[in-house]
Amino acid sequence: MTSRAGDAQRSTASLRHRLAERGIDPTLLLLVPGLVVAVALFVYPFSYGIGLTVQPTAAMQEQWGGGAFANYVAFFRDPFVFDSIGITMRLALPAALFNVLASIPVAMVLRHRFRGKRLLTSLLVLPITLGTVLTAQGLLIFAGRQGWLNRALLQAGLIDEPLQLVNNYLGVMFSLVITGFPFAFLLISSYLSGIDPSLEQAARTLGAGWWQRFRRIVLPLLAPGLATTFVLTFVLAFSVFPSARLVGDAMGSTRVMSLMAFRAFGEQNDYAMASTIALMMGAVELVVVVAVLGLRSLLYRGTTGGKG
Amino acid sequence: MSTFESLELRGVGRRFGGVDALAGLDLTIRAGEFVALLGPSGCGKSTALNCLAGLLPLTHGEILLDGRRIDTLPPERRGFGMVFQSYALFPHLSVEKNVAFGLQMQGVQRAEIDRRVRAAIELVKLGEHARKLPGQLSGGQQQRVAIARAVVLEPSLVLMDEPLSNLDAKLRLDMRTEIRRLHQSLGLTTIYVTHDQEEALSLADRLVVMREGRVQQVGTPDELYESPTSWYVADFMGYRNILPATVVSASGSEAVVELPGTGDDGGARLTGRAVGGLRAGDRVRVAVRPEDFAVAGSGPGPDGAAGEIGGTVAVVEYHGREHAVSVQAGDVMLHARSAAPPAVGGAVRLTAPVERVLVFPESLDAPVPQEVAA
Amino acid sequence: MAATVAPGERRLAARPSTWLVWAGMTAFGVFLLGILVAVVVDSFGRQWFTTWLPEGFTTERYAEAWDRFSLGEVVGVTVGVALLVVVVSVLVGVPAAYVLARREFPGKRVVMLLFLLPVLMPPITYGIPLATVMYSFGLGRTLTAVVLVNLVPSVPFVILTMTPFIEQINPAIESAARMCGARTRQVFTRVLAPLLVPGILAAGILVLVRTVGLFELTFLVSGPGSDTLVVAIYRGMTAAGGGEARQLISAMSVIYTATMLAMLVVALRFVNPTQLVAQVKEARDDD
Repeated sequence: MTSRAGDAQRSTASLRHRLAERGIDPTLLLLVPGLVVAVALFVYPFSYGIGLTVQPTAAMQEQWGGGAFANYVAFFRDPFVFDSIGITMRLALPAALFNVLASIPVAMVLRHRFRGKRLLTSLLVLPITLGTVLTAQGLLIFAGRQGWLNRALLQAGLIDEPLQLVNNYLGVMFSLVITGFPFAFLLISSYLSGIDPSLEQAARTLGAGWWQRFRRIVLPLLAPGLATTFVLTFVLAFSVFPSARLVGDAMGSTRVMSLMAFRAFGEQNDYAMASTIALMMGAVELVVVVAVLGLRSLLYRGTTGGKG
Repeated sequence: MSTFESLELRGVGRRFGGVDALAGLDLTIRAGEFVALLGPSGCGKSTALNCLAGLLPLTHGEILLDGRRIDTLPPERRGFGMVFQSYALFPHLSVEKNVAFGLQMQGVQRAEIDRRVRAAIELVKLGEHARKLPGQLSGGQQQRVAIARAVVLEPSLVLMDEPLSNLDAKLRLDMRTEIRRLHQSLGLTTIYVTHDQEEALSLADRLVVMREGRVQQVGTPDELYESPTSWYVADFMGYRNILPATVVSASGSEAVVELPGTGDDGGARLTGRAVGGLRAGDRVRVAVRPEDFAVAGSGPGPDGAAGEIGGTVAVVEYHGREHAVSVQAGDVMLHARSAAPPAVGGAVRLTAPVERVLVFPESLDAPVPQEVAA
Repeated sequence: MAATVAPGERRLAARPSTWLVWAGMTAFGVFLLGILVAVVVDSFGRQWFTTWLPEGFTTERYAEAWDRFSLGEVVGVTVGVALLVVVVSVLVGVPAAYVLARREFPGKRVVMLLFLLPVLMPPITYGIPLATVMYSFGLGRTLTAVVLVNLVPSVPFVILTMTPFIEQINPAIESAARMCGARTRQVFTRVLAPLLVPGILAAGILVLVRTVGLFELTFLVSGPGSDTLVVAIYRGMTAAGGGEARQLISAMSVIYTATMLAMLVVALRFVNPTQLVAQVKEARDDD
């Protein structure tokens, strides 16, 4: 019984309405600046970089052959470069594992309220604000052969000779732990707080001791958060750059991928090779991330019972 | 106070994702009326309210205020007030500023705003909490602020979306009286959505019972209470016993039905009032209020012209003046009331007067008169 | 194994693992303090090679470092770049977060992935191609490049923190504002913006800290005149050699820390610090 005008009105309203129902309305314009930044500063350069990797310099082609793929050939064939994958993994994986695993007991203990908690938490968070470069300088002085750490150990008679704690693998490890642990701790604390405490109370009333509570209730619920934390911490550690140069052995045992990439970029001005290394770096890291996330969705599905 | 002569919903519908959340809503609302939309979740009542508010667009039909189409207007231009289920108070503004918000949007003078805000806050009895933030108030107090915020604008229509469902039982009762009192003193036209039939019956001048997006029945509380037009509506109106049955014989306004799975030899028989045309063999549902069942001990009783159902007492609950008795009759559980509690496990017979036993067609899709003729 | 404990007291002592944790944290704290103090002491030292403490104290290192590395300019660049990055990433990120929090639309998952990627990748992986592009546009070693480069991780960061923040604001509030007669602009300025401010400040501080401390990206595109403090320190550490330069670098590092702390203190006047650190829900203490 609606009039013809009413019909026409209904059909045009319904096109705009149909679009709006699917979520397409002028509000989406708010996304535009973000998309512009993402595309112009991320997508475009990234694809440009991928394109670069198959445009090797003449020198590269001569040295390694393989035509357009000379950079990739170089990457896989040059042990100086290729080994950097293993070196970086040997640093990043243990560091990330340690940071995540060490955070769990600390986060568990610090769950409760106690005097000085605010102070302690700020102290733990401090390294994040200081950054890797400052930590590097500090480590060189504090843990160097003449530094306070070695002096104290010598004085206490625990060692006979000063330990070589910097300018090697250990130095970079220390740096990774100092800057990475607070980050992992913060994340795991927040995941832990998302677990409904009444779940553990319930387990308690059913007779579970603390280890059982941890293993059967907390750990499974924490697992997805652990995986995420591991991934993020791993990404941080894998990207290590200044520490490897400053407290590590840049051309030797801590020859990480980012250093290799930068060497190609800044010192050799071979942008194509630099992009190749950078890309491979991303690829390796992606493999690890996908593996971990895949593992996590296999092992646990469900909610944490809280506002997780 | 701004008011209107007529608010008409014509064929209002909303189709979303291939499903009719609302369809074929025809309703005329008179100024000053309190209309309740009643039904379970998913029945379309909130959709209807949000369409009226302008928060959801219509896909079919139109809404006319004094003959002008308003369904194309955005919510901020319709001049309606709304009270949300979650209260939706502005958390960063005090009670006073929350209530004043709408008036500020209208550009009312400062002194006038202060006067009207104070009056509204006094009206909902929150005078001493005027400076507090919503986070410092209890649920009931927040709800009252939400109401004050809506009515201070003296809108032509107040929309309420299940405002009491987040409150505990006692508070709900108190707030219900408050809302009734407000309506009586302010006389603002109100559309109220709820799933609680008691609330709807006590507050509304007219009720609209909805199911799966469509109206089942519209009428005054009295009309719906005494003369529901389908077993679905009867279910809402407190006819707690809804039993599937088959018509044995039907003549005039009476029908004799057989309830399968009850009683001896196949099924107990009841005589009841037929709603709609029924024939022998029709599948029906019988609706009886618990208070209309008389519970009697076993043994031969009065002549069973209206029929009776025999069963065993399963549960007895104390309700003060009387007891709620649940009787297991074969496959069905019946609910009745009794002053004196029968023994649990004992055999009893339930009888009901013919006019109190309503027999409805099984199918709910038959077209049903929307407004019962006065 | 229930040691009798007065109600409300902590049962920390009951488990050996707790002691381990405290021991570990103490070691960590010792390292941390040691590093910091070592740098500070070094910056005031005249000469420091083989003894516990430097042979004499002076403040000349600071003046020397200030001139040698033109720290006045560098500090200015650092603060300016950081503020600019914060402002731009908030202006870009908050509206995007609003859309992601409130709307479903086709392709939403792709968009979310797009915003998530820079956070998941090592900065070098997108930094090097980006730096290459910058150089090819002639933007190498300019302030513009430094700002643009730092936007790439910052915008997603703002989006990632603001989206859940907006999600937990009851959407009915916006509807309520409309029903009170507010038009879109008023809904934003009178209702949404005041509620968003705490989240924006928290995200802003985190972006600030990150930008000042982040090395790789700035290093790739900066040069004299556009170096931030961390880059200047790195250049100092990798260019010069020998003990003397070390004190200068320590002085520079202390200036860097001071600048960072100063900015944090100023920013924290506006934000409650517990919003930054994860809030740990207390387990009930009545055990």
